[in-house]
Amino acid sequence: MTRAPAVEAHGLALGYGGEPALEGVDFEAAPGAALCVLGPNGGGKTTLFRALLGELQPLAGRVRVAGRPAYLAQTERTRLDFPVSALDVALMGSLADGRWWRPPGRSQRHAALAALGRVGLEGQASVRFGELSGGQRQRVLLARALTQDAAVLLLDEPFAGVDPASAERITAVFTELRAEGRTLLVSTHDVESARLFDLVLCLNRRQVAFGTPAQRLGREVLETTYGSDIVVLEGSGDTAVRAITVQHHEH
Amino acid sequence: MDLTDLILDPLRSGIWRRAAAEVVLLGGICGALSFWVTSFRLSYPAESLAHGLLPGLVLAALAGIPLVLGGLGGVALAAGCVALASRDPRIGADSATAVVVTGMFGLGALLALSPDAPPRLEELLFGDPLGITHTDLISALALAVVGAGALAALHRPLCAVAFDAPGAGALGLRPGGVRLALFMLLAVAVAVAVQGLGSLLVLAVLVAPAVAVRRAATNPGVAMLSGAALAAVAGLAGLYASHHLGSAAGASVALALCLAAVAGSVLPWRLRRGEARARRGRRAAA
Repeated sequence: MTRAPAVEAHGLALGYGGEPALEGVDFEAAPGAALCVLGPNGGGKTTLFRALLGELQPLAGRVRVAGRPAYLAQTERTRLDFPVSALDVALMGSLADGRWWRPPGRSQRHAALAALGRVGLEGQASVRFGELSGGQRQRVLLARALTQDAAVLLLDEPFAGVDPASAERITAVFTELRAEGRTLLVSTHDVESARLFDLVLCLNRRQVAFGTPAQRLGREVLETTYGSDIVVLEGSGDTAVRAITVQHHEH
Repeated sequence: MDLTDLILDPLRSGIWRRAAAEVVLLGGICGALSFWVTSFRLSYPAESLAHGLLPGLVLAALAGIPLVLGGLGGVALAAGCVALASRDPRIGADSATAVVVTGMFGLGALLALSPDAPPRLEELLFGDPLGITHTDLISALALAVVGAGALAALHRPLCAVAFDAPGAGALGLRPGGVRLALFMLLAVAVAVAVQGLGSLLVLAVLVAPAVAVRRAATNPGVAMLSGAALAAVAGLAGLYASHHLGSAAGASVALALCLAAVAGSVLPWRLRRGEARARRGRRAAA
């Protein structure tokens, strides 16, 4: 029996008025799959996530996600001076049930505490969000996504600026989530970490490649995805290359 | 005169009692609201609304209708004009707001200073808590009840959007809708509170309480309740000062609120109970 994909896009083109920022996107991810979205800054990773969140209507084609996805944003856009505890932030995930006017109930509080436990921060539940380290804050935001109990999770550069201990914890949670049958879409710049995923989707204003890392992460695909931003360290074959990307920040 | 007399003496006057009730009601709701005004960085828009509604107030005074109606009309007109003017990206929202609001304030002053107008400009600009009517008190009570209900119902969306607007959007909230709801509540609060404190001084009760209690606030609920309590107490202190020193009542209330904000910002105390509790928890766990 084949299960319906948890996430799918067909002939998808996206933009903000004018020229499409991303086009020709065609992929499917089954429940429990981990898909790596690879591409340079401005390549369309965040644009794709915005479409999956329903914030951006397609210019062409269609996109479908099973339920409302949980989202972990790329840069920290949170207000560190706003007086909320780690538990308060994790509890915000339960707002996804749509009943925003009701105070959180006991089961929601339990779910939020359990989510903090999963990211290893149960002892910090009452600490103010702004006083946690960068890696801990990222884990609290992951706990907020866990509280949402979504079938699909969109994680935009979840390891950017995160300490090794936090990164390890986040990776362990990803493994658990996949075992539970949840689908993960993780965007990253890091070509090497992309090889650990089931599927890889390479974007550079259009879809360059989609498939398993073993099939797709060859020199040609990487050079088309990253253009001059890539440095191939060794290997010249289709799949055995090792490469790093050079980041040009545009902000 | 002993302390009891200092406290009880003003209470013998019905006018003063009405002023005290008005200040406590407005301080309570606006003090709570001030946390959100500062969290959403709405101090400048709040000031703009308060100044821009002057023509509405003056027209209400000229027509002899309740000031709160003029205030509400003026606030709607000011908000509409600001929204329209802000749409031109070449000017920018701040500059457009400044021009529109100054223009409306000038129009209000022009109307108030026309030969036919009763001499009430001073009261409209600086407020007159001692001139509070029963209608004013009822509108303040209605604002307190409706405002408290709205803040309670909107508490979770306000927290989520103030903390992380894009993240709140991904949770299915509409950050723009939440901001608009807060802005409308603020507009109504300005229109009502302007009766007591006037167009120029009303901002004190909408911003100063949150500044005063900011460092003591461990969470949004505490921030709102302490802001409300502080605004009510500072407002009463201002009224007492005005009674005993013979100073202008509206200005005394506004000054008391601003002094509380300065004290809260510069005094070297820190009340961070949540933090201390967490530290104790960490020590116990270690």
